[in-house]
Amino acid sequence: MNLLNLANIKKSFYGVEVLHSVDFSLKAGTVHALMGENGAGKSTLMKIIAGVHKPDSGTISIDGKSVEISNPLEARHLGIAMIHQELTPVNEMTVAENVFLGREPVRMGLIDHKKLYSQTKELLDKLNISIDPREKMKNLRVADQQMIEIAKAISQNARIVIMDEPTSSITDREVEILFKLIDDLKSKGTAIIYISHKIDEILRISDEISILRDGFNVGTWKAGEIDVDTIIRNMVGRELTAQFPKVNVPIGEKILEVKNLTLKGQYEDISFDLHKGEILGFVGLVGSGRTELMDSIFGLTQPDSGRILLNGKEVRFKGPKDAIRSGLAYVTEDRKQEGLVLPMSVHHNVTLTFLRNFVRHGIIQSRKEVSVVRDQVRALNIKTASVSQTINSLSGGNQQKVVLAKWMITAPGIIIFDEPTRGIDVGAKVEIYKIMCEYVAQGNAIIMVSSEMPEAMGMSDRIIVLSNHKYSGELKRGEFSEEAIAQLQFKHMVKSLIN
Amino acid sequence: MNNLSSGISARNKLSARQFVSTFGSLIGLIVLVILMTILKPTFIGGANIRNILRIASINGLLAIGMSFVIITGGIDLSVGAIMGCAGMYSAYFAQTKMGYPWWVAVAVGLGMGLLIGLFNGICIAYLKVPAFVGTLGAMSIAKGFTFLLTDAKPIPSLNNEFKFIGGGNIGGWLPVPIVIMLVVLVICFTLFYKTRYGRYVFAVGGNHNAAHISGINTKAIICSVYAISGLLAALAGVITTARVTSGVTSTGDGYETNAIAMVVIGGTSLAGGRGRLWGTIVGILLLQCLTNGLDMLGVNAYYQLIIKGFVVIGAVMLDGLRND
Ligand SMILES: Nc1ncnc2c1ncn2[C@@H]1O[C@H](COP(=O)(O)OP(=O)(O)OP(=O)(O)O)[C@@H](O)[C@H]1O
Ligand SMILES: [Mg+2]
Repeated sequence: MNLLNLANIKKSFYGVEVLHSVDFSLKAGTVHALMGENGAGKSTLMKIIAGVHKPDSGTISIDGKSVEISNPLEARHLGIAMIHQELTPVNEMTVAENVFLGREPVRMGLIDHKKLYSQTKELLDKLNISIDPREKMKNLRVADQQMIEIAKAISQNARIVIMDEPTSSITDREVEILFKLIDDLKSKGTAIIYISHKIDEILRISDEISILRDGFNVGTWKAGEIDVDTIIRNMVGRELTAQFPKVNVPIGEKILEVKNLTLKGQYEDISFDLHKGEILGFVGLVGSGRTELMDSIFGLTQPDSGRILLNGKEVRFKGPKDAIRSGLAYVTEDRKQEGLVLPMSVHHNVTLTFLRNFVRHGIIQSRKEVSVVRDQVRALNIKTASVSQTINSLSGGNQQKVVLAKWMITAPGIIIFDEPTRGIDVGAKVEIYKIMCEYVAQGNAIIMVSSEMPEAMGMSDRIIVLSNHKYSGELKRGEFSEEAIAQLQFKHMVKSLIN
Repeated sequence: MNNLSSGISARNKLSARQFVSTFGSLIGLIVLVILMTILKPTFIGGANIRNILRIASINGLLAIGMSFVIITGGIDLSVGAIMGCAGMYSAYFAQTKMGYPWWVAVAVGLGMGLLIGLFNGICIAYLKVPAFVGTLGAMSIAKGFTFLLTDAKPIPSLNNEFKFIGGGNIGGWLPVPIVIMLVVLVICFTLFYKTRYGRYVFAVGGNHNAAHISGINTKAIICSVYAISGLLAALAGVITTARVTSGVTSTGDGYETNAIAMVVIGGTSLAGGRGRLWGTIVGILLLQCLTNGLDMLGVNAYYQLIIKGFVVIGAVMLDGLRND
């Protein structure tokens, strides 16, 4: 018998139906993957199971008994845990307080802090996560926050664990930890619903695969009975020719030089050049200092020493404003904290960095502004009811596209992308890669921080590897291989272990 | 947590609930006006309307300034005190015996408000003092300066041009305060919805970090909203002083709570990043009509306080429905 059964689930937001009579079933001790384009309705369906949204109609049954799940607490009591796509950390609380939020261990009516921290420590050790349970959540990197969310869901001993894009912001090492966890859970009879846009992951761990398209369940397959092309065809509704449409562009002169840049504890003695027409990849494990380095290049933090030269002239950006003025753009890693203003509309978010271009005599020319926004919405295929829809009602992948759009329209000379395609579906990725290629072909340059090896190798002209906050090597296109990169990634870590 | 769209997607079908929460205060205002007209037909008379609007324009100036502050996620508790301070200092220079022209008095009053506002802004934006604390301090400081000027004694006999600002009518029927308010409204609407400045105010309130990375000078924006709030509060103080024809130290006492109430009734979120200026205007009118109406009906002032308290809470509650 199925552990969980959904029948005829319908859901509308503001009169727009996003789920049309969806059926879905889940067996104990299996991993059921859910795939689909951005905005297909995956997260919405999962939130219905987790009690966040109420379906307009349809039935949910667990162990054959029909149930009503009207809030997340009830879902928890029914043995359902969910790792949300959009992380929900309580920033000012510690890691342990976050993990046990709403179910703190108590002694005589008071929170038992000793137990809270020791249990969290135990849990994190078991999951191989080396994070201090007393650290404030806001001080963690996105990847670590993601791991904490995973730990939190696991620790609930749920019968059904929903994972909504758990790997979108973590690197291979953490992915391996997660997969081992999933195996453990399976053997204990836990059922897992796994959402991801990474097809190789899906094929590796899932037992069954369901695909949603525009709110319809187009089918469910056994994992062994479906191949990559069939998955993509069913998701996108057409064939995809190349996953990485790399166009070779002649490499021009130096546009950016970074010399011996150092910020203690974040990155040390980093030097590299960037040329016109180039896509320069930056890879490294989480915590290797990539994002911190990019923050400094964009003027968000000040390096302790070292120099940055832009077109041969030394620059020192006091803040992002200076960097933008000089023709830089920075697609940040964490769209919710740094990328988007959630209560604002798609329209206002897209033009925020570039408003000065729409102003005449101090007044914003809204007609011009809206038409630029519409162009971006079309170019990136952003799924939104209207450009005045607020950002937080967009699906995760579509929010990410808005962050891209927001920086693309500034049309600068250099764009730094930090995990640009995080949460974006296969079809849309190809479109974004095409746009990147067109962009560098016009004599611009891109720095791309990526934790997705295939993406880094597929799109970069050169890859610089950071290891343990230090430069550890550089590979040219043609020399790329997973092994070579992995070796460089661990270079300074092995040394520091020996010492 | 699950913060849904703010009714902007109203283009699609608007549910009844959404409608109520978006236009709740406006509906409330309309119902109130109709009800009052039935109970007291003089309520809708020209004289009374003019009266309501004249008083509303004083409170309105504070509420408009407060809207800027609240949308950045802050709060300004010093506006009442600034009103009193600006009132007294302008009255001092408007005394007939001093012999200064009226505009000097006005400039001194406004300057005082701008100064205190900037002081607030600098403390909050650059020195990282929480808005609640910073403006609470400024409130006390402003009060102190107000009392110091004349040892808390009132300032009588102001010059006639100055008094015109508060008590005069243009063309014999249109009160000057209403004209001032309309001008301020036009400027603020333009700032809010037509300029970069307004967009940045929303962005800073909605996500400070993202705004900073987008190249916005977030500190300057935060500082400026307190300056605007201080300036508008001072303007309200000057008008009130001119209207009562003497400087009194108690001018503006407790006005900050009214201003905050008007803003939140209008649907602006205290969390920042979400709000609308027309909502504030509805909030201003709603509270002012209510006060006036209850006065006309002869409702005891203590009951009035109780009723107003419920209205504020009810309005914000309706607004909360949208976030379900
Ligand atoms: N709270 C909401 N208000 C309005 N529309 C919403 C809301 N939540 C989701 N939607 C809409 O429902 C559709 C499905 O969204 P959902 O988040 O389920 O997509 P998804 O399949 O998870 O996509 P992604 O891969 O990008 O995460 C989208 O078009 C989205 O705009
Ligand atoms: Mg999703």
